[in-house]
Amino acid sequence: MNMAAGSWLAGFLAGVLGGLGRPVLGLLATIGRVTLFALEAVSHIFRPPFYWREFGQAVMQIGWYSLPVVGMTAIFTGGALALQIYAGGNRFGAEAVVPQIVAIGMARELGPVLGGLMVAARVASSIAAEIGTMKVTEQIDALTTLSTNPMKYLTVPRLLAATLTLPVLVGIGDSIGIMGGWLVGVTRLDFNSATYLKNTVDFLQVWDVGSGLVKGAVFGFIVALMGCWHGMNSGRGAQGVGAATKSAVVSASVLILAANYLLTEVFFSA
Amino acid sequence: MITLSGVYKAFGSNQVLNGVDLSIARGESMVIIGGSGTGKSVMLKSVLGLVTPDRGTITLDGQDVLKQERDAFLARFGMLFQGAALFDSMPVWENVAFRLLRGSLKRPRSEAREVAVEKLRRVGLGPQVADLFPAELSGGMQKRVGLARAIAAGPEIIFFDEPTTGLDPIMSGVINELIREIVTEMGATAMTITHDMTSVRAIADKVAMLHGGIVRWTGTVAEMDATSDPYVQQFIHGRAEGPIPSVR
Repeated sequence: MNMAAGSWLAGFLAGVLGGLGRPVLGLLATIGRVTLFALEAVSHIFRPPFYWREFGQAVMQIGWYSLPVVGMTAIFTGGALALQIYAGGNRFGAEAVVPQIVAIGMARELGPVLGGLMVAARVASSIAAEIGTMKVTEQIDALTTLSTNPMKYLTVPRLLAATLTLPVLVGIGDSIGIMGGWLVGVTRLDFNSATYLKNTVDFLQVWDVGSGLVKGAVFGFIVALMGCWHGMNSGRGAQGVGAATKSAVVSASVLILAANYLLTEVFFSA
Repeated sequence: MITLSGVYKAFGSNQVLNGVDLSIARGESMVIIGGSGTGKSVMLKSVLGLVTPDRGTITLDGQDVLKQERDAFLARFGMLFQGAALFDSMPVWENVAFRLLRGSLKRPRSEAREVAVEKLRRVGLGPQVADLFPAELSGGMQKRVGLARAIAAGPEIIFFDEPTTGLDPIMSGVINELIREIVTEMGATAMTITHDMTSVRAIADKVAMLHGGIVRWTGTVAEMDATSDPYVQQFIHGRAEGPIPSVR
């Protein structure tokens, strides 16, 4: 009886440990594969041939066509931020700091993070769906047979375009967001327009904006990397492409938030 | 000459190729037949290096295909994919001229377009098709564009993966005729995968039957009709009864 109980317990523990260990090992293996994929992609950035036409198209798709969604997100966020800071500051007589807090909040955090998340939703999904569909319809194999490296032709232009255009989008988003705060401040909170703008300009430092732009570049890299990785590793059929698209958006979003925390620690921890 | 010697390939526990031996002579049109899931496409992709065999060697003119310089090696090949695999983000002429617009064979765009229009004409499509996108074409037209792309750079070896699947009998006949004409005209070595026995008779100089991960039988079309091999007979006559299980 005791031996049977011992054997059952051993089996139970092995099952529990196995159940815990398998996903951890799977996660580590995936991290390793993604890292190798990223390193290979980066190495191709510096080795010819370069597909400038595809890079130009990627800049348009990722940068230019994301402007409306990033702009809309920024203006409403800036406005809401102004209202919140005013309401919160009112509790201890600090309403006057609205321009400064809106500016620093947009430039350091909300501009890059919300811009990154919106681009992740828009771009990571479309990259994963496009490349995933190409994979299941054998277009990736066709590229290879036509002497074209899919990594160079599909991944590198998107990776480079996202890394370079997202800081620009973040810069524009910051400006629009601060403008949203100014608009609400002037029209709803009775701030003087010139004073609001002067306080913003006087308070904001170069690194406040610069750190946000660096974050934007990192987030752009993450967005394109996740889109390409999940697209290239898409399963078969519509379900496979759908799953790849979903995973691209979820993983890009989570990694953006994690990277944001790490970068904030690096840039601003005392 | 393409030679496969003892080629093995498994995907997980699924052993697809189990020691394939096959030789295709220069200028020969070899057709591979066999049931669905017997590894015909895997074999073809192994030759191109799209799939790496677990064991065995594949040589082209005596040289291991995995040890050759990739660009120069692939420049010798053209391939028509089962679903045509056209790039839907670019117009038909850019699909056809893909190789001529980039890489070592790059030419000016106007010249590449001229070549593309000429290749489209060769497969029976007018110049008005050149600026359409693949999604605007019928299945038969897509296959023809895929064929034009496969021959655009004048390859020595052309692979056809189920060239008539999904086409009506008339369009299948057109594609079969085109393949035969083009292979003869270009003097190319051809390797075709098909289930369509009409295609086999129209295209093949030699036929090989793949079953159970090995090449079970090879011979000419006349020998195929005369053979007493029960696997070949069951397959070419489409019988449910025989050594090949009908439920797989």
